[in-house]
Amino acid sequence: MSLPEEEAGPRVPSAERLRRTRIRKRQGEPRGWRARMEREQKRFESGELPALRRIVCEQGLLSRPDGSASWMQGDTSVLVGVYGPTEVKVSKEIYDKATFEVMLKPKIGLPGVYERSREQMIKKTCEAAVLGTLHPRSSITIVLQVVTDGGSLLSTSLNATCVGLMDAGLPLNSLFSGVTCALDADGNLTLDPTAKQEKEARAVLTFAIDSTEKKVLMSSTKGTCSVEE
Amino acid sequence: MAASAPRLAEKRVGQVVMPGDVLLLPAQPDADGERLRLAPVGPQKGRLVCGPGLRRGPEGLLVTKCGLLRYRGPAGQAGGGTGSGSGGTYWVDSQQKRYVPVKGDHVIGIVTAKAGDIFKLDVGGSEQASLSYLAFEGATKRNRPNVQVGDLIYGQFIVANKDMEPEMVCIDSSGRANGMGIIGQDGFLIKVSLGLIRKLLAPGCEIIQDLGQLYPFELVLGMNGRIWVKAKTIQQTLIVANILEACEHMTAEQRKQAVAKLSES
Repeated sequence: MSLPEEEAGPRVPSAERLRRTRIRKRQGEPRGWRARMEREQKRFESGELPALRRIVCEQGLLSRPDGSASWMQGDTSVLVGVYGPTEVKVSKEIYDKATFEVMLKPKIGLPGVYERSREQMIKKTCEAAVLGTLHPRSSITIVLQVVTDGGSLLSTSLNATCVGLMDAGLPLNSLFSGVTCALDADGNLTLDPTAKQEKEARAVLTFAIDSTEKKVLMSSTKGTCSVEE
Repeated sequence: MAASAPRLAEKRVGQVVMPGDVLLLPAQPDADGERLRLAPVGPQKGRLVCGPGLRRGPEGLLVTKCGLLRYRGPAGQAGGGTGSGSGGTYWVDSQQKRYVPVKGDHVIGIVTAKAGDIFKLDVGGSEQASLSYLAFEGATKRNRPNVQVGDLIYGQFIVANKDMEPEMVCIDSSGRANGMGIIGQDGFLIKVSLGLIRKLLAPGCEIIQDLGQLYPFELVLGMNGRIWVKAKTIQQTLIVANILEACEHMTAEQRKQAVAKLSES
């Protein structure tokens, strides 16, 4: 083989890499990832750092879509298929950028108002991250299937979408990740809450953050909270 | 941030890069651009080409795809990240399934429509490509090529950019077919990932050499991820097609074993 490294491909270490990026995103301390992870581990053990649920990710598991991924955060699991850039209906065509279509399929039943609003949020986030101007007059379709919902569904969907876009090889400005946090009655913050914690919480906030400038791409709030975060 | 801190491009060659990474170039791009403008037109020594997965940003090269960063020296030799100050090509090697037309690429298209004097070809991109009936070897207004809907055509892009409909031809600049044209009636078409096609088309590819030892067969590789195979019997065709499909996730060792097993039986 003239290019032996190609065997390994870019997708092998992606889950681990992404996990690292996510950790990096939470705590912006520089100087080497190994040192950072050790520091992270210490803080985690001392209880200073809020615990995240276990993250499992698999890329390229479906054969038909151009990009696919399954993302699990604890008990919440989302499967995503990305198609594109493909042909677009003339009515939906935009002459200077790609058209995004996001479909969020619930575990049971037909998508309702809740799914529609989530679709819009994910769509806007993707439009910010993907360089749509490189594929004008084409469509990028993202289909998300909820496999199990155990809380933090929106952030899981966002993370799944990002990995799906990566797998499809679409040109991206930056990566993005979703974080859900719950505020309880005492003002305690829980990252990546379960469905039970979400129900008991006073406010549930979800943010999408990009990987380069660490800026918020999208935010969603449910419940009441002051300007504390 | 450590994650997005710009790093020298030559230090990252062969490593994994992620979208949003910024790569610094050793030479000052502005000074370079000035010299290019003053110098006569044509490929120059100090010219740096930024290939797929990279974009020119205000600070340096902006990565837009995940994959391994690659570099080729200005004289065409594969430089392992040394002496990139005088130009060359950087690109990101990524796995992808969807094809985006690129000018000069050789692809296999399927004829979907005949509209007057052009054919519409499905090449797997976001738009159908057009092919003039005059763009075949020896074709004249009187002597039209016999093309039917559903035929496979091996051709080359002469127009391919994001704003225009891609256009293909089946002749080279001197009017010769040079291997391009309608692909025969029998044979078998398979679809593989773009990474595998690039691997197969790399000079001195071992997969093709190994398969060539089994029995003679015809092979057409399109950059759009389509492979057409034809051997003496249908069985042999299917064997070659299956090996080509499977060898994406096989190591060289596994492939050699599989081929050895086949050549015994």
